[in-house]
Amino acid sequence: MILTQDSTQIEVTIHVNGTPHAVKTDPCVTLLDLLRDHLQLTGSKKGCDHGQCGACTVLLDGKRVNSCLVLAISREGSSVTTIEGLGSIANLHPLQSAFIRHDALQCGYCTPGQICSAIGLMLEGHAKSHDEIREGMSGNLCRCGAYIGIVEAIEDVMESESSREENR
Amino acid sequence: MADAALNTGRPLLRVDGPLKVTGGAKYAAEYDAPDLVHGVIVPSSIARGRIVSVDTRAAQAFPGVLKIFTHENRPWGAHFSVFFKDPMGPPGKPFRPLLDGQVHFSGQPVALIVAESFEAARDAAALVRVSYHTEAHKTDLEKEAVHAYTPPRTRLGVPPTPKPTGDADRAFASSPVKVEATYRASPENHHPMELFASTVVWGADKTITVYDKTQSPKSVQIYLKAAFLLFGRRVRVVSPYVGGAFGLGLRPQQSVFLAMLAAKALKRSVRVVIPRDQMYTLGYRANAIQTVSLGADEDGHLHALKQEAIAATSQYEDAQDPMLFFSGLLYGCENVKLAYKLAKLDTISPCDMRAPGAATGMFALESAMDELAYATGRDPLDLRLENYIDYDQMEHRKMSSKALRDCYTQGADKFGWSARTAAPRSMRDGRDLIGWGMATGIWDAALSPLPARATVTLTADNRLEVTTSVTDIGTGTYTILSQLAADAMQLPMDRVTTRLGDSSLPYNPTQGGSWTASTAGSAVQAACEKLKDKLLKHSHRTDQASLTSDPSVEFVTLLNVAGKARMEATATITNLPFGKKFTSATHSAVFVEVRIDEELGAIRVTRVVSAIAAGRILNPLTAQSQIRGAAIMAIGKALHEDAASDHNLGRCMAHSFADYHIPSNADVFDLEVIFVKELDTEVSPIGTKGLGEIGSVAVAPAIANAVFHATGYRVRELPITIDRLLPGLPL
Ligand code: FES
Ligand code: FES
Repeated sequence: MILTQDSTQIEVTIHVNGTPHAVKTDPCVTLLDLLRDHLQLTGSKKGCDHGQCGACTVLLDGKRVNSCLVLAISREGSSVTTIEGLGSIANLHPLQSAFIRHDALQCGYCTPGQICSAIGLMLEGHAKSHDEIREGMSGNLCRCGAYIGIVEAIEDVMESESSREENR
Repeated sequence: MADAALNTGRPLLRVDGPLKVTGGAKYAAEYDAPDLVHGVIVPSSIARGRIVSVDTRAAQAFPGVLKIFTHENRPWGAHFSVFFKDPMGPPGKPFRPLLDGQVHFSGQPVALIVAESFEAARDAAALVRVSYHTEAHKTDLEKEAVHAYTPPRTRLGVPPTPKPTGDADRAFASSPVKVEATYRASPENHHPMELFASTVVWGADKTITVYDKTQSPKSVQIYLKAAFLLFGRRVRVVSPYVGGAFGLGLRPQQSVFLAMLAAKALKRSVRVVIPRDQMYTLGYRANAIQTVSLGADEDGHLHALKQEAIAATSQYEDAQDPMLFFSGLLYGCENVKLAYKLAKLDTISPCDMRAPGAATGMFALESAMDELAYATGRDPLDLRLENYIDYDQMEHRKMSSKALRDCYTQGADKFGWSARTAAPRSMRDGRDLIGWGMATGIWDAALSPLPARATVTLTADNRLEVTTSVTDIGTGTYTILSQLAADAMQLPMDRVTTRLGDSSLPYNPTQGGSWTASTAGSAVQAACEKLKDKLLKHSHRTDQASLTSDPSVEFVTLLNVAGKARMEATATITNLPFGKKFTSATHSAVFVEVRIDEELGAIRVTRVVSAIAAGRILNPLTAQSQIRGAAIMAIGKALHEDAASDHNLGRCMAHSFADYHIPSNADVFDLEVIFVKELDTEVSPIGTKGLGEIGSVAVAPAIANAVFHATGYRVRELPITIDRLLPGLPL
């Protein structure tokens, strides 16, 4: 972290989807606004700006966080994975294709956060049952009510991952 | 080659899915522009009165702040003229932000801060000091109900409350069994996950592009041009992806109004985002107090049905919705009397929210029917079957179709309703009281009241493009329009692209009222038929009849024969409401299981079966998502959502998702959707009825009825929170 000449701005380097970004920013800018407004990575959504809806969920050093609650300058050197870094239309992440298969979205606004959150949940390793997934995904609100498809999609990916492990 | 109905009727995957799961779908606040500046609203802190002064000095001095607009310095615009009307609004005078110093409701925008960054605008907004001359406000419907009145002018597009039939007062008085009760429903907020936002891009070349969160880019465009006198400029409103709206995007919102106001004054691109705490004061589902009186014989056969509703509205408009419109349509009864009234409050105008009116009106009627079932000792489902009718007794018309009976039987069967024991508190599992309840739902099946157009274009590379200006707010419109066009043109899905949500596309009014699938779908289908005729004509084929019935025809070969690179056709669908021979409606039967922790009073909706009769289903997968989502939102209405005001402050007490709970993943258990077969050749040219609302109508009353079955205690007020249920629990 370097204090720049313009004393209100601070330079911070954050690796986003594998690319280092050195950005000069005000200390009050959240990681979410840095991604959306400064880096034009608008896949991460803003639904409340208060840590209450999960639309802004990204993976920060491998853990799911509400990026609206993180001040960008406080994460010097960190690695962030956003929805844009998970897969592309030509090469979808298994969870992204499972979301499509189970119609786990309608308007799509909560969807990037749901997917990042689900990956974080799986990494945490305690989403073993249907009910644990429902509980563990309850920080991600969906006003369209796509919850059933969301849980099915996560179960689907977890099952295929565990069967792949067994086949090893 | 494609088979005639290869695509429609099948659970094809949402065509916009890949873009949405990769973060590529862009919403209104996500478009950038050179020199973009940011607007933040300062809301009023009083509910009624006059602004004495606005002290903007500290805010103006804040680094990055460019301009502060208040009622004192805002530029003139046609919308500030006394003659200005909002064509989409209900009768009355539309609210116009920054018009003058009058405060009509708490949270009303009193200033707009425009700054170089969002953060600067937000922080400066906190520095604005407003002093008011406060007047006594009225926000309590309980108190204002005595002043209720019948709205003198009805709202365009909302069916009027039906006239009485027979003599309901006399019939009620002489009925051997009487049920009479008052039901209350709290105000609710729509809360789509996307914040309301508008990015106005001020082009140097007299073009203005507005990325707006709306259900009607075309209406917003017309509104902006008229309100801001932008006739010399090309205004284009673009909303290809909308993060939910549920009715809140039916009218142009404060965000687009203020963003345009600032952009025009500054000649710069401006973005205004409404933060979540201000989304409580953009519009709400009207709270209502309703009294239902049912008179029946000992068998439960209805003789009298009376329902009176008093719903909230603002001081400046008579907001209206079809709260009682459906009440005379479900059950055979010769004496029906319905009275729909409004009471004025110092709030913003209510705004249609999913199944507007009906979801609240049916809660009262279907709760009363449940009470009648207990009063007559009949099973709630039997009682409804006993009173079943298959015609419109209010208008003396046939129904174009009504497969509600199949909803009852198939829904009951799937749910296992026959295993229900009638007595309240008779089903239990450990410390959980179990309740089974059911209710009937109904909603209008109609085409949009305004005409709609669609264009289809076939190009030499055998690709078809479908365009119409209406949005897809998450409903699946992209997908079903592609399916319809693919079938009509005998093409596989991947040859069809649909473009929506753009005022420069063929006129298609508004996504709402459950009419988009029927309206836009019929326009697309008609455009495809026109295109085929055109292709046949240009290719000079003489065997036209055999061609159109031959599924192996590739229309692109006709294009080639005609020597054209592309050919397009546009069709218009008009809805003539006069001289209708039929009444059309969607129906549902919803069965619900609740489990109530007897010691804690916590209610969980553990099982829902929603059986839907909605005509032709174009895509069972996206349709199922619509019905599930509507049911989940209705769980919120039944158990959680209450945008209650603190009447001392005249302000909604909730400011975030922490104090206004919308259903989360853990609130949802089993939820099954059944689409019963229903063929309807009258309702719309493509046989669809629309699905946006029907999934929500019957869910809240079914939950309320299940809560009674579980506890033996009737809560007649939504949401059924623990405090309201408490008297029914032996604590
Ligand atoms: S935007 Fe971060 S939790 Fe809602
Ligand atoms: S898909 Fe619309 S909010 Fe989740």
